[in-house]
Amino acid sequence: MIGTDLTVILPELVLALYAMAALLWGAFRGKDAEAPLLFWLTPLVMAGLGLWIALEPQATASAFHGGFVSDTFARFSKVVVLFSAAVVLLMSADYLKRNKLLQFEFPILIALSVTGMMMMISAGDLMSLYMGLELQSLALYVIAAFRRDSARSTEAGLKYFVLGALSSGILLYGASLIYGYAGTTSFAGILAAAKGEAHLSLGLLIGLVFMIVGMAFKVSSVPFHMWTPDVYEGSPTPVTAFFATAPKVAAMAMIARLLFDAFGTATGDWTQIIALLSFLSMVLGAFAGIGQKDIKRLMAYSSIGHMGYAFLGLTAGTAAGVQATLIYMVVYVTMNVGVFAFILNMERDGQPVTEISALNMYSEVEPLRAAALMVLMFSLAGVPPLVGFFAKLFVIQAALNAGWVWLSVAAMLASVVAAYYYLRIIYLMYFGEKQAPLDGSMPAIHWAALMVAAFFMLAGVVSMFGVDTWAGAAAASLLN
Amino acid sequence: MGITAVAFYLFALVSVVSGLMVVISRNPVHSVLWLVLAFFSSAGLFVLLGAEFVAMLLVIVYMGAVAVLFLFVVMMLDVDFAELRGQLAQYLPLGLLIGVILLMELGLVFSQWSFAPGHVAARAAVTPEGVTNTAALGQLIYTRYIYLFQASGLILLVAMIGAIVLTMRHRTNIKRQDILEQIYRDPAASMDLKDVKPGQGL
Repeated sequence: MIGTDLTVILPELVLALYAMAALLWGAFRGKDAEAPLLFWLTPLVMAGLGLWIALEPQATASAFHGGFVSDTFARFSKVVVLFSAAVVLLMSADYLKRNKLLQFEFPILIALSVTGMMMMISAGDLMSLYMGLELQSLALYVIAAFRRDSARSTEAGLKYFVLGALSSGILLYGASLIYGYAGTTSFAGILAAAKGEAHLSLGLLIGLVFMIVGMAFKVSSVPFHMWTPDVYEGSPTPVTAFFATAPKVAAMAMIARLLFDAFGTATGDWTQIIALLSFLSMVLGAFAGIGQKDIKRLMAYSSIGHMGYAFLGLTAGTAAGVQATLIYMVVYVTMNVGVFAFILNMERDGQPVTEISALNMYSEVEPLRAAALMVLMFSLAGVPPLVGFFAKLFVIQAALNAGWVWLSVAAMLASVVAAYYYLRIIYLMYFGEKQAPLDGSMPAIHWAALMVAAFFMLAGVVSMFGVDTWAGAAAASLLN
Repeated sequence: MGITAVAFYLFALVSVVSGLMVVISRNPVHSVLWLVLAFFSSAGLFVLLGAEFVAMLLVIVYMGAVAVLFLFVVMMLDVDFAELRGQLAQYLPLGLLIGVILLMELGLVFSQWSFAPGHVAARAAVTPEGVTNTAALGQLIYTRYIYLFQASGLILLVAMIGAIVLTMRHRTNIKRQDILEQIYRDPAASMDLKDVKPGQGL
């Protein structure tokens, strides 16, 4: 019994054991002297696990009395999480070294946080969902405050911790209400309890609203986004890059899992909540980003807006909608990895620079990098020939097919407004004023990440490399 | 009124009164001591419910460890409680308002309370018959919920790593005692005998 359970959770187990072994190794050996090795080994382990999960043909399996579910949906999300975390971790070593933050605990905390993400993606039970969520958040709070000599990083960590703890409390309160009214914490049990009636009972509904509030916090969706700009700005840039990628995918997958696995019979009840979150996020992300002068803050508002679009797919409440959301998340993560590969190297005289105005006439300094960033910015804005456009098209299509006309129109209008700040970066790079140029050199890994991300944005138009069909299979497995 | 009812009312009264005293007593150390009494009375209530494990947990963990920790914190942190207390009147109306709203919400929840059909059958882990609840908890936590148990272990590990990462500083230029070096120091290497003649310095 326990043997089969363990084979189902083997990837998580391997990652957790690896993290513990690495911790012992780092503590017994020369401490931070081992850091460079761990910064290579950890991404390797994560990418290896990603490949293993992707290639292993496996039917849907559940372990620990339904507390852990491994299906195509979980595998898809885990692969995205593992690869994005691995790439970001690879990129962060160089920045941390330059800023004297190279500690061996960093990759270990990331590995443990990724373990938590995998657990929450695979949760089949309110308790395991919460455990996974806490494991990932706790590690994130620590790395947000990783630059402990800087007041802003400490502030970011504290802010994130306090608000995150509050949101966890709200989520837990909702979970306890759901348990109280359904009599069980397992998703299948909640589904059975909610079945047969047109609407959820009041207790279940209130519980669900609380849980959605708590989870919307984690994906920084409006009106629960207040922490995002400050935390993104204050944290060290590699940490910001990490925040903007893997945890978002995991939280989005967790929301989809809860909504469809536990409340799949009551789509009418929760789609309106998600629709509101989606609408507010898209609008605020578009308008609040306009006045930003700091590129990390800008990326925070950009991510808020993008989460709105990802929610748009979920509002449809259909398999097509889930598929669109998954594709959107993959595209979003790819674009963000590329953009952050660039931001990590924005330097002048060895000092990191994050003002957007520093990009003035960047195209003359580094034409190739500027061109790659331009492609990514166009894609983030959703300009037609690029993949970012198709990702938006899919979610809007799914929402339209489900009858959300006003929301789809709002999504299109918001994307037009948001295009302003993406296009402004391109404008500054190509037609701005001349000034002291950025002179940061770019390590090969960052260069490769930037170029590959830009290449995907172009090449994805021809073929999505199977991501779309796999996302379709994942969505189908979730809705069954 | 049987002895159980007397015990219940005694514990309930003491826990409510001491809970109130935690909030209103002027001296923070007294607050912590009242808290200990509140914990102890709650433990008594748990015993009356037949949950002896939770009662022991409350006594050992909360009274033994957490309350003592509180006491240390209160004594060691130099917080000006008089100043904090001065603002109490200012926040009292708001606090009362929130309390009333909470109470009303609770009332609403209870008036609307309806269990899902078949909630008894849906229970995941039913207490086994014929064992004490300590044994039953042990069996469930270490077998059925081993996954969650280990996950909470991982969470605590992360908390520990986090605390170390964020607070430990590797100080350089400090002198540490090296006992082995002290033991192996021999007089020949470290002492030098000089024959000082009377009336002359070195």
